[in-house]
Amino acid sequence: MPDMTGSVVVVGGGTAGMEAAGQLAKAGLSVTLIEKEKYLGGHLREWHHLFPDRRPGDEVLSYLKNQIIHNNIRLLTGEGVEGFQKRGNDFIINTRSGDVVKADAVLLTTGFDLFRSERKEEYGYGIYDNVITSSDLEEMFHSGEIMMKNGEKPEKIGIVHCVGSRDEKVGNLYCSKLCCVTAVKQAIELKEALNKCKVFCFYMDMRMGGALYEELYREAQEKYGITFIRGKVSEVGVNFSKRLVIKAEDTLAGRPLKMELDLLVLMAGMEMSAEGLKLAEAGKLEIGENRFFAASDNHFGSNKSNLKGLFYAGTCTAPMNITETISHARSAVSDIINYMNSDRK
Amino acid sequence: MEKFGFTLTKARVIDYDRNDHSIVDFIMEREPSFKACIECGCCSATCTTGNFTGFSLREINVLLKRGENDQVRKKIKKCMLCGKCSLVCPRGVNTRNVVFVAKQAFQKFDNYAV
Repeated sequence: MPDMTGSVVVVGGGTAGMEAAGQLAKAGLSVTLIEKEKYLGGHLREWHHLFPDRRPGDEVLSYLKNQIIHNNIRLLTGEGVEGFQKRGNDFIINTRSGDVVKADAVLLTTGFDLFRSERKEEYGYGIYDNVITSSDLEEMFHSGEIMMKNGEKPEKIGIVHCVGSRDEKVGNLYCSKLCCVTAVKQAIELKEALNKCKVFCFYMDMRMGGALYEELYREAQEKYGITFIRGKVSEVGVNFSKRLVIKAEDTLAGRPLKMELDLLVLMAGMEMSAEGLKLAEAGKLEIGENRFFAASDNHFGSNKSNLKGLFYAGTCTAPMNITETISHARSAVSDIINYMNSDRK
Repeated sequence: MEKFGFTLTKARVIDYDRNDHSIVDFIMEREPSFKACIECGCCSATCTTGNFTGFSLREINVLLKRGENDQVRKKIKKCMLCGKCSLVCPRGVNTRNVVFVAKQAFQKFDNYAV
């Protein structure tokens, strides 16, 4: 469609925003991609390896960077969005530095915030040195040095699933969906990096609902000897030798269980981003019970909002992996093109 | 001496670090398919013994993995080694051989014939 004209503002330069901006530009639309950080890539930048195939996160990042090399794309990095209005069919977007951008359509790709694990105080994140999050561990994988605070290599490592997910106590009833497979991936990588170590995953349910996830889970058991214990860790403490001690119920044995550990990794869940919530309030956009943006229809309107001409893509609507985020960005582009061609007129 | 009937109550907690894991290591080595068990309970559901007694192979698998060997030693005697459990296992565990090897392990490590 080389004769397409129109302008779209994409808010958020993570995976969804970059992919969508690239596809919109290719369709002939002029795109302004606004990212609040100095760098594009969002959370993808934090991942050393992705699941299920343990592909380097950088590979996907360079694909996305390639996507947005296009004359139709104007980049505004280090720039936030203050608010927007709709006048007639036009959107007026106010940036934080005082700029005004006019557009025919808006795509919000504001993504997610990682659950702040210190909110689950009983796990001791920020209190005990050797309690870290899945994101901290990715950073360790990046640096190539997996160690405890004292510089020694951990020999016994625990992983807690569902930290900040499926937990009424922190107000998150939903499943973050990625943490189970992240736990399995990281357990395998720990085992590879520290051959001698033992890894224990404490789970409530193993939710391996993605392509090749179950296979990875089985590999973790068979090839890497990871132990999976059904029961959520209820509290973490330290003993006299300053080693972590966890308490859980082994629900399949029907008895409480305690164990000493060198390192505990918390699988932090996903939450609606603070940035997204601000825009929801400013623009009267509907949010769901889970606080993510509410799609206009669960089955065929997952990219549409309650405001005509404003669309969503990626993890601002629900927890998603990279594959799903890219697909969701592409389907948003298809909705936007339809809107420009017919609905808008 | 006067007896008041007070005794020390043994903690119910599974003390993973104190437990002996030599039995389960022996099984994992000789019957590696055991590693793939996800404790779904198909084996226990189909088990003839389990339908008439408190025997549960699923429970035994969990207890072995936690090193709760004292409990297993008694319970495992009830298995008749019919092998029905291995027909239904969705993870392809050779469950019959797990019991068989477990019995060997108990004999080898603590000279306890089961």
